[in-house]
Amino acid sequence: MDELMSVVDWSRYQFALTAIYHWLFVPLTLGLSVMVAIMESVYLRTRSEQWLRITKFWMKLFGINFAMGVATGIILEFEFGTNWSNYSWFVGDIFGAPLAIEGLFAFFLEATFVAVMFFGWKRVKPGFHLAATWLTAIGATISAAWILIANAWMQHPVGQDFDPAQMRNVMTSFSDVVFNPNAVSKFFHAVFSGWVLASVFVIGILCWFKLRKAESGFFITRSFKVAAVFGTAGMLLTLWSGDFEARNVTKTQPMKLAAMEGLYRGNTQQSFTAIGIINPDKRADNDEDPYLFKIEVPGVLSLMANHDMNSFVPGINDIIEGKHINPDGTVTYGPSYQDRIESGRIAHRALADYDSAMARGDKQAMAAAADTLKAHYPDFGFGYLDSPYEAVPPVATTFYSFHVMALLGGYLLVFFLGALLIGYRKPQWLNSRLVIWVGIISVPLVWICSECGWITAEVGRQPWIVQNALPTKAAISCIGASSVKVTFWLFAAVFTILLAAEAMIMTRSIRNQRKELAAEPEAAAGKAEAKSDKTGAAAEAEADKKGNNR
Amino acid sequence: MEELINLQNYWWLLNGVLGAVLVVLLFVQGGQTYLFSQREASHKTMTVGMLGRKWELTFTTLVVFGGAMFASFPLFYSTSFGGAYWLWILILFSFVLQAVSYEFRSKPGNLLGQRTYDAFLFINGSVGCMLLGVAVAMFFFGGRFTVTMGNMLTPGNPVISQWASSHGFESIFDWRNLLLGFTVLFLARSNAALYFIHNERQTADFVAANRHRVLVNGAIFTVLFLAFAAVLLTYTGLETVTEGERMFGFPGSFESVAGKYLSNFLAMPWVLAAFILGVAFVLYALIRSAFDTRFYAGIWFSGIGTFLVVLALFCVAGFNDTPFLPSLDDPASSLTIRNASSTPFTLRTMAYVSIVVPFVIAYIAYVWKQMENKERD
Repeated sequence: MDELMSVVDWSRYQFALTAIYHWLFVPLTLGLSVMVAIMESVYLRTRSEQWLRITKFWMKLFGINFAMGVATGIILEFEFGTNWSNYSWFVGDIFGAPLAIEGLFAFFLEATFVAVMFFGWKRVKPGFHLAATWLTAIGATISAAWILIANAWMQHPVGQDFDPAQMRNVMTSFSDVVFNPNAVSKFFHAVFSGWVLASVFVIGILCWFKLRKAESGFFITRSFKVAAVFGTAGMLLTLWSGDFEARNVTKTQPMKLAAMEGLYRGNTQQSFTAIGIINPDKRADNDEDPYLFKIEVPGVLSLMANHDMNSFVPGINDIIEGKHINPDGTVTYGPSYQDRIESGRIAHRALADYDSAMARGDKQAMAAAADTLKAHYPDFGFGYLDSPYEAVPPVATTFYSFHVMALLGGYLLVFFLGALLIGYRKPQWLNSRLVIWVGIISVPLVWICSECGWITAEVGRQPWIVQNALPTKAAISCIGASSVKVTFWLFAAVFTILLAAEAMIMTRSIRNQRKELAAEPEAAAGKAEAKSDKTGAAAEAEADKKGNNR
Repeated sequence: MEELINLQNYWWLLNGVLGAVLVVLLFVQGGQTYLFSQREASHKTMTVGMLGRKWELTFTTLVVFGGAMFASFPLFYSTSFGGAYWLWILILFSFVLQAVSYEFRSKPGNLLGQRTYDAFLFINGSVGCMLLGVAVAMFFFGGRFTVTMGNMLTPGNPVISQWASSHGFESIFDWRNLLLGFTVLFLARSNAALYFIHNERQTADFVAANRHRVLVNGAIFTVLFLAFAAVLLTYTGLETVTEGERMFGFPGSFESVAGKYLSNFLAMPWVLAAFILGVAFVLYALIRSAFDTRFYAGIWFSGIGTFLVVLALFCVAGFNDTPFLPSLDDPASSLTIRNASSTPFTLRTMAYVSIVVPFVIAYIAYVWKQMENKERD
């Protein structure tokens, strides 16, 4: 059993490592691809060489980042097989389809048109090139949609039945899987948060240009405006989808919500812990105070969870006990986790009975076992658990990651309102060192925010790999812990070195761009700005001559 | 039941098509193995330029092939990937190195230097190709695994697919698997040289160097391929006798049949015809490209030939009551396209999705043409 847990833990670490690295690159790809497409659209409309330069610079950074996203992504897909082989069989009938469709619909689109984006400036017509840039962005977004459909299904399995003859879940409704409410909210939340991240990235680099005295008005102000508008839209949409996501979690993963709040005993008009320090000694089976320190906002958790300040939000112990407080204050009890474990074990025995009856060819016994199994299947995953407390996710990690995400999300909302103000009303504020440093420091903060979102989603759903149906410890492959340890460190080393390489290449590209901007006199920049407003055949001809010869 | 069988056949064929396209596109990997042997800097630049715009498609085809196998034959995904752990991890590792190398190698400040990224490309080209060949060879020569569905309920060891403790190393060091591995490697190198001849026909010394490569690598490939074909056609493989009691016929019973793959060819004349035609196309491309200095179209013949041969190999690996992943430890655990597949519902749904494949191929071809045409202008 120790060897099993070691394999499970190392496989978890390896998957987490790959996912965390992957998510460093993906949101930037999602956001920057759209921003670059917008910039190129403006270029094609204005035929301004300045807009072409803007487009090409951000496209270059997009390309550097894109390669790393691809590199880490392939590992993730195949790790479902290499490290989670039981899972691959147990739900492969459902889970494999979105992955295959992602490849067919999205990866080929990206792979084909990203080559046009980077190598096609001189080889295809400008309109075709713009279409390729948009198709690359669309491909990245479609890719996100399918992988998030797959992920959402793990968190809220729908559109399937368990078939005892095959000992696996089988798909019964493709549309239910695709339009799973969790998938919809996850898709919007992840994609829009990518827009936010990319916008902060752009603003941060522009601020660094300002800090290092690069004064090209056109390049900085236009890039800044695009990022401010795009980021504000992304931020508002992220908040909207986050609300949608929170309500889905409340309905389908109440234990995750309780862990996000470090809430052991819930109530009606449940307060939200805005800031808190979790007591490390607190567990669900002792009476320690959950917090060492906290600042609460009354009623807000009920409001967030159910859009009703008077609603009941269960805590970890309430869920374990099956306790529910009704609006009139009366307390009712549903099945406790101990009951569900017993029910899950009945489901397991029924499956074993079905298996042996099938081997004997005893159809009557098979039918009886199938009926029992069907009745208890909603608790099937609990049958693997040794105690109700095993169903509690790591509370501190979930709590802190959620709160860091939420606090930074609030900060970013203010950040973008400020960015809009600077972009359209107070451009002179961009000369303030305070504003510049806020812009620069926000770059790592937005990445922390983004990673914390995923840590909340993935750690908070433990111990389940498929909610209530399969715990992570029963999803693994038959491999030695030592093998996984070796590959974990191998990937850790390679990803870290390649990340460092990417950071250095990006830094060099950004520095070179700054030098180019710094060398450009303000007057020339202003002239270029004026030129960008030219319309008519003369301007187009001039731009064609200069821009398309690049 | 008939619908299920048709869908299983369709999906095995479609995976075969993807696998065949992947092997054709491995010319990118083959080309990467020449990076250190280019005598002239300009030749190296041309090589990188030609391959740098294509690598993503090989990479994507591999990913889609993996996704399609997962969706259509999840028991294969579960058993092979989880069991032959080291084989697949090393393949993936080599592709991770490739994914960044084209983008990073010539960029200032790339930390490791251009030679390191070129070495990464060489590793991907050589080790990646060879190991993919090993993985395909397991379709014929099997793996050391067992599949026990009931393990799902075993506390402490709930894994249905169990593999030998060497976790794939035993497959990498099996001489028959290595034979196909090296065959694929030298095929990829030959195809790369043919591709260079086709795309840089105006650079005489580059073309001449690549004609020499076709001669050398083509000769090695031919010897290896003939040896592999001889081993395959005389190999004693498994054949399904009865399907098991589960809905998908698992575990089933199998018997050994001498010359199983030869009899599969004979039982499926169209597959045999495709195989012979494919071999003829590849040999024609190699011989004529090596000796006829006015012949530049070898890649087309070799590409089509490679496609036909690999597709034919997929057909004999999975059709005609043949387990496509034979178990050496417990023949009853062998995977067939009947017992390892997804359900009719999923296969049907995915079959509708697969209708877009021709459109995907069409837009890829269109874009390639656009890029190639302008390049020559």
